[in-house]
Amino acid sequence: MSKRIEIKDLDIYYGKFHAVKSVNMTIEPRAVTAFIGSSGCGKSTVLRSLNRMHEVIPGAYVDGQVLLDGVDLYAPNVDPVRVRRQVGMVFQRPNPFPTMSIKENILAGVRLNNARISKSAADELVEKSLKGANLWNEVKDRLDRPGSGLSGGQQQRLCIARAIAVEPDVILMDEPCSALDPISTLAIEDLIKDLKEEYTVVIVTHNMQQAARVSDQTAFFNLKAHGQPGELIEMGPTEKIFHNPDQKATEDYITGRFG
Amino acid sequence: MSTTMTSPKRTGSTTPDLLTAGQLPKFTGLAALVVSIAVAAGLLALLQSANVTSVVAVGALLFLLSMFILSTAVEGVRKAKDRLAKYVVTGFFLVALAPLISVIWGTIANGMARFDGVFFTWSMRNVLGEGGGAIHAIWGTLIITGIATLISVPIGLLTAIYLVEYSNNGKLGASIRFFVDVMTGIPSIVAGLFAYTIFSMIFGAGHKSGISGAVALSILMIPTVVRSTEEMLRIVPNELREASYALGVPKWRTILKVVLPTSIAGIITGVVLAIARVIGETAPLLVTASITSSMNLDPSQHPMATLPVFVYNQYMYAPGIDTAAYHARAWAGALTLILIVMGLNAIGRFIAWKFAPKAGR
Ligand SMILES: Nc1ncnc2c1ncn2[C@@H]1O[C@H](COP(=O)(O)OP(=O)(O)O)[C@@H](O)[C@H]1O
Ligand SMILES: [Mg+2]
Repeated sequence: MSKRIEIKDLDIYYGKFHAVKSVNMTIEPRAVTAFIGSSGCGKSTVLRSLNRMHEVIPGAYVDGQVLLDGVDLYAPNVDPVRVRRQVGMVFQRPNPFPTMSIKENILAGVRLNNARISKSAADELVEKSLKGANLWNEVKDRLDRPGSGLSGGQQQRLCIARAIAVEPDVILMDEPCSALDPISTLAIEDLIKDLKEEYTVVIVTHNMQQAARVSDQTAFFNLKAHGQPGELIEMGPTEKIFHNPDQKATEDYITGRFG
Repeated sequence: MSTTMTSPKRTGSTTPDLLTAGQLPKFTGLAALVVSIAVAAGLLALLQSANVTSVVAVGALLFLLSMFILSTAVEGVRKAKDRLAKYVVTGFFLVALAPLISVIWGTIANGMARFDGVFFTWSMRNVLGEGGGAIHAIWGTLIITGIATLISVPIGLLTAIYLVEYSNNGKLGASIRFFVDVMTGIPSIVAGLFAYTIFSMIFGAGHKSGISGAVALSILMIPTVVRSTEEMLRIVPNELREASYALGVPKWRTILKVVLPTSIAGIITGVVLAIARVIGETAPLLVTASITSSMNLDPSQHPMATLPVFVYNQYMYAPGIDTAAYHARAWAGALTLILIVMGLNAIGRFIAWKFAPKAGR
């Protein structure tokens, strides 16, 4: 299931604006990789280029390669819709579909793609996904209620369950806890540690303790000056980035001397 | 900023009742209103110029003045001003409401006389003087607005979807939006003449039919549907579209299964209100569908009566004798039309409430 991502010389643009400059990195399978860095340095932009969500924005494009187990996601014959079925995504603000029940939200990936699924298979998938997102016990008695009736933290776990229900290889999370309270945040962090058993997990976070707690690898992004493209400064095992970084800029950021 | 800034003196901090202030009893407002009206009526009666308008106007002024003085004396100037503002705003609201209420009242009062079984079962075929009804016009209105809706909704909906989901704020989108705005401003008689001319060119001069009326109404309806649908699609959060794309759902399916269901209540409400707006149009139907005294259920040919044109016709072409019977039918037609519009509005609201995404637990 879990797959390796290699990013090669990736430049990312919003129209004329060069947002991120020549990123090279390898994201390991069965591990959690954290993107850290100050606001606006392009963490979300890089993340969204990993499942071709970047190009959803009018005028946005990339230049370079993103290899998923050796296959370039940006090769001309690759269908972005298929890419997104293999690389799932969880957003900053929980966004369950408001017209759907909890159960329908989980089945959205299957149903919206018009795949036929038997009732028993559907029930099984719902239970498996909700268990995978540590949410089953809290919602098993109200699967037919609207997903928007859950608390923020539960909604976010519902979105994670919805993402894993399509059985992706990679899960991308863009600041998944920034809209949540500390208890819900802990629940999500526990879940992230479980998820890496099966998936390649990439998480953007502005919370450095969180990066230290959940990730195996950390990538530090920075921006030379406002209006300049963001860059990957360095990447390595989380332990090393936090205690013994190679770059001065990383150390400054970690110790809170700027940003 | 200096560190030795002195804080403003809190002179009142020793007064024990700093937080309380005088308050007029609850019933003061009502009492003042009654007294003011009574005084105004008395004064004007003495001057022999008492009528409803003058009593209400003078009474309202007296009321404002007395309440302001009373409140200033008991509650202080700030509260008095607050009261003044509240009463003035409420007063203007009532003034705005007055014409609406008097229209409804007038229509009911005049329309009830012929709001009877005969009215809803008879046409005007071979009717002179009393009797007769508007069933042919009711059917005509339903058929013509029904067809207009069938034409306008797909065109309007798809245009709005193009504008919001596909145009990317490009040149084509901008020009469509411009033309929709222009269409919104087309006088209804022009829409009627346009439809009449087109149908006359194709089917021969003097063509009259229900469908040409429906086309005229669609011209008026399409821009409203586009605008309201566009607004509803725009308020669907982008996050929902992205959530759907991130599950590997193609764009068209995302629109069909996520965007439209999320906004459907608002869209339907907009359509219903658009219908309610065109259902009372008279001028374009006068030149396209014209009027007839008999039932015609075939929209493809021959004149077709509609309620607004029926009302116009009964009122304007009442003969010298039995005039009252014609006028009574006109009012009953107007009442029917108002009831249909109210019904449509109620349906619109019901749908908005019924299908709106619920956050319930
Ligand atoms: N939709 C967009 N259109 C244009 N520029 C954007 C858009 N989204 C982000 N950017 C720009 O790209 C840069 C990187 O943004 P982002 O990836 O969101 O940063 P981060 O997630 O690290 O805070 C910023 O300068 C931002 O202004
Ligand atoms: Mg971001």
